[in-house]
Amino acid sequence: MKKDTSQYGAVGAETTLEQLTAKGASRRDALRALVAAGLATVTGGGLLVASTAAHAQAKPKQGGKIRVATQSSSTADTLDPAKGALATDYVRCNMIYSGLTALDEHLGATMALATSIDTQDTKVWVAKLRPGVQFHDGKALTPADVVYSLMRHKDPAVASKAKTLADQISDVKASGPNEVTITLSGPNADFPVILADAHFLIVKDGTKDFTKTAIGTGPFKLKEFSPGVHTVVVKNEHYWKPGLPHLDEIELIGISDEAARVNALLSGDVQLINQVSPQSTGRIKGTPGFAVLETKTGQYTDLIMRNEGGITGNQDFRLGLMHLQNRDQMRQAVFQGYGSIGNDQPIAPSNKYYFAGLPQRKFDPDKAKFYFKKAGVGSTPLQVFASPAADGSVDMAMLLQQAAPLAGLNLQVMRVPADGYWSNHWMKHPLSYGNINARPTADMLFTQFFASNAPWNEANWKDPQFDQMMLAARSEPDEAKRKQIYGDMQVLIHEKGGLGIPMFLSSLDAHTSKLQGLGSIPLMGLMGGMFAEHVWLEA
Amino acid sequence: MKRQAYRLIASRLGLALLTLLIVSAIVFAMTGLLPGDAAQEALGQAATPEAVAALRHQLGLDQPALQRYLQWLFHIVSGNFGMSLSNSLPVSELIATRLPNSLMLAGLTTVVAVPVALAIGILSAMYRGSLLDRALNLLTLSTVAVPEFLVATIAVLIFAVNLHWLPALSYLSSVSSFSDLVRIYAMPVMTLCCVLIAQMARMTRAAVLDQLNSGYVEMASLKGASQVRIVLRHVLPNAIGPIANAVALSLSYLFGGVVIVESIFNYPGLASLMVDAVTNRDMPLVQGCVMVFCAAYLALVLLADLCQIISNPRLRQR
Repeated sequence: MKKDTSQYGAVGAETTLEQLTAKGASRRDALRALVAAGLATVTGGGLLVASTAAHAQAKPKQGGKIRVATQSSSTADTLDPAKGALATDYVRCNMIYSGLTALDEHLGATMALATSIDTQDTKVWVAKLRPGVQFHDGKALTPADVVYSLMRHKDPAVASKAKTLADQISDVKASGPNEVTITLSGPNADFPVILADAHFLIVKDGTKDFTKTAIGTGPFKLKEFSPGVHTVVVKNEHYWKPGLPHLDEIELIGISDEAARVNALLSGDVQLINQVSPQSTGRIKGTPGFAVLETKTGQYTDLIMRNEGGITGNQDFRLGLMHLQNRDQMRQAVFQGYGSIGNDQPIAPSNKYYFAGLPQRKFDPDKAKFYFKKAGVGSTPLQVFASPAADGSVDMAMLLQQAAPLAGLNLQVMRVPADGYWSNHWMKHPLSYGNINARPTADMLFTQFFASNAPWNEANWKDPQFDQMMLAARSEPDEAKRKQIYGDMQVLIHEKGGLGIPMFLSSLDAHTSKLQGLGSIPLMGLMGGMFAEHVWLEA
Repeated sequence: MKRQAYRLIASRLGLALLTLLIVSAIVFAMTGLLPGDAAQEALGQAATPEAVAALRHQLGLDQPALQRYLQWLFHIVSGNFGMSLSNSLPVSELIATRLPNSLMLAGLTTVVAVPVALAIGILSAMYRGSLLDRALNLLTLSTVAVPEFLVATIAVLIFAVNLHWLPALSYLSSVSSFSDLVRIYAMPVMTLCCVLIAQMARMTRAAVLDQLNSGYVEMASLKGASQVRIVLRHVLPNAIGPIANAVALSLSYLFGGVVIVESIFNYPGLASLMVDAVTNRDMPLVQGCVMVFCAAYLALVLLADLCQIISNPRLRQR
């Protein structure tokens, strides 16, 4: 699917060195630890710089203005959280509004506008609101604002992108001066994480017009908004998180051409960009004063072997094709080594429910040949549809095509343009490629793409046992049991599913070294869209 | 001459209106043929059939195409360009914010490109066959052969990233003095000039050469007039017809064809507005932009014809 809608991903693995020096460890501690880890060959000089830098990083500076360029900006830019579709919309809305909860680096929910969210049966949730929170126009945050903000998604006239998520909510009402009770239509233990979705940011009660002004409780106030041109926000002096934000002003623009975006960064016109192509990272890292940040997300580009009654629904054929994917080669050739290897199931290593015990499927043309013979695949060419709309799919398809003769298969790559790919080709051919953005919860992925009645069941895969497990896990409050059920589901998809998932993609951001504080939230780049309040400018 | 000019302008305006009408119908039909519509594009991945139907009804897209077109036509005649489907802002407002930018870029490019092209064309014609002529020819042809995104990207790499002389983005909010203006517009204008100069220069050269072969030029040089006087005083007024036409055709590209330059330099002009509108299947905005481009083109062609009439006394008398 397009990079466009959702925002979720996998945990970035920081190196031990970074972890040590980030905590401000003294040189001696760090060296000791490194020796213990057998990494004593790291030069002491590097460590000197790193440990002094740790002290500099500890104290954020206030003030400064930055300009951020995202990959897209069009006349469909919006100030309405319900309509957010692209990274630029999520960044914009996260600057102006706050939500009840927010995501942390492990894709768990931290409290934001809510101080606590409790439940007895994972069906009725009681959220206590933070006292003393003000909107930008001075009005205090009340339960009525929360009720309005959540219930408006159910109204078809709002055309909310999160309507399917909001349909899970059957009722929201104020149950106290600072308390809201949310009743779901079915038990869902992931609800606090769902509330952290950028579509559920809290707006003022009764707001219908989002064309010119936006009043929220977020770290920045809207100063100027011109869809397709730029958005300018200024610091909210009364932000409910004390000491934040650090910056005075942020200007958000869109530069769709990737080379132009990188050039704008390197010439100093912008300070932060996202969606950097792996091919540009060498240039950026080679220029002093700039850095690249990799966020390992759970986004994947998958080979869809759709069950339409033909050979692509045959499990032996599917297994054969899965074995034909040279995952390491794809990661190196297509993404310059960025990303993590996948195992034909959708849960990324960064997700807390990732089942590590699943043996990694390897590139094995002989096994593929065996499976193809078993399935009775002839030598008639099979067409696989790929497009730049699904990141890396064209290159992956070409690599697959080159490996196919080793297993006696004849593949033809049909490269189609990006425009209209999702309406015309995705899920419309026996073999095609898709691109699914990361989701914060395993349940969302399973519900939207793998359940028998899933709206985007790419491979047309129906397994009643899977559906049962999904419902059982959704309402299971015990973490260990949930993890076990999700582990079994991953094994099920790995063995019986119809998708080839060779790897999980990383999101690359680049910035000037003067911009500090940019972390990684495995949802998407730019710190899950929430970088604005955390970053500061060194002099 | 005045009466003739008025007659020409009046008939041209009539034809222009007819052309605008036909173009609007064609564009409406073509955009309607594209897969998907504004409601589907707006909802993206969240496009369940009920959501799409509800949004379509809200936007008025469930009415038959002919009815929507006639409605739009009716509104346009009363000056109402309608509302953009993707962000509910009036189309006239969206165009009004971008039109001055496009005009500014087009104007600056014209001011630079036309004199340079004329000079190159005239010099090539005057010294035809010489080294200067051949060198100028080679130069203009090679600049027009290189794609403009390559010229723009290389220019940005050299002047912005390596030398830091010019900004990589044409940022309009930071224009506070003339030197700022020059710095900001230098690269976009240069890129566009590379595209335009060759056409105009070669047309000028051909037109002037054509005239230089005629009898009155021979007479003038026998009388002892200098080359420069011959060209400027005798030849140019006769050559202005084809030159003006070439210039008008080239300049009309400056409105709608500069989408690549606008994208690379992040310049908020009409061309990128149009591309956005098509991507979002935002019909009223597409139609609005098309009307503006069409009107601009027709105005330029009219100016070219007027130039031709003014310069030619024979046409004036009629």
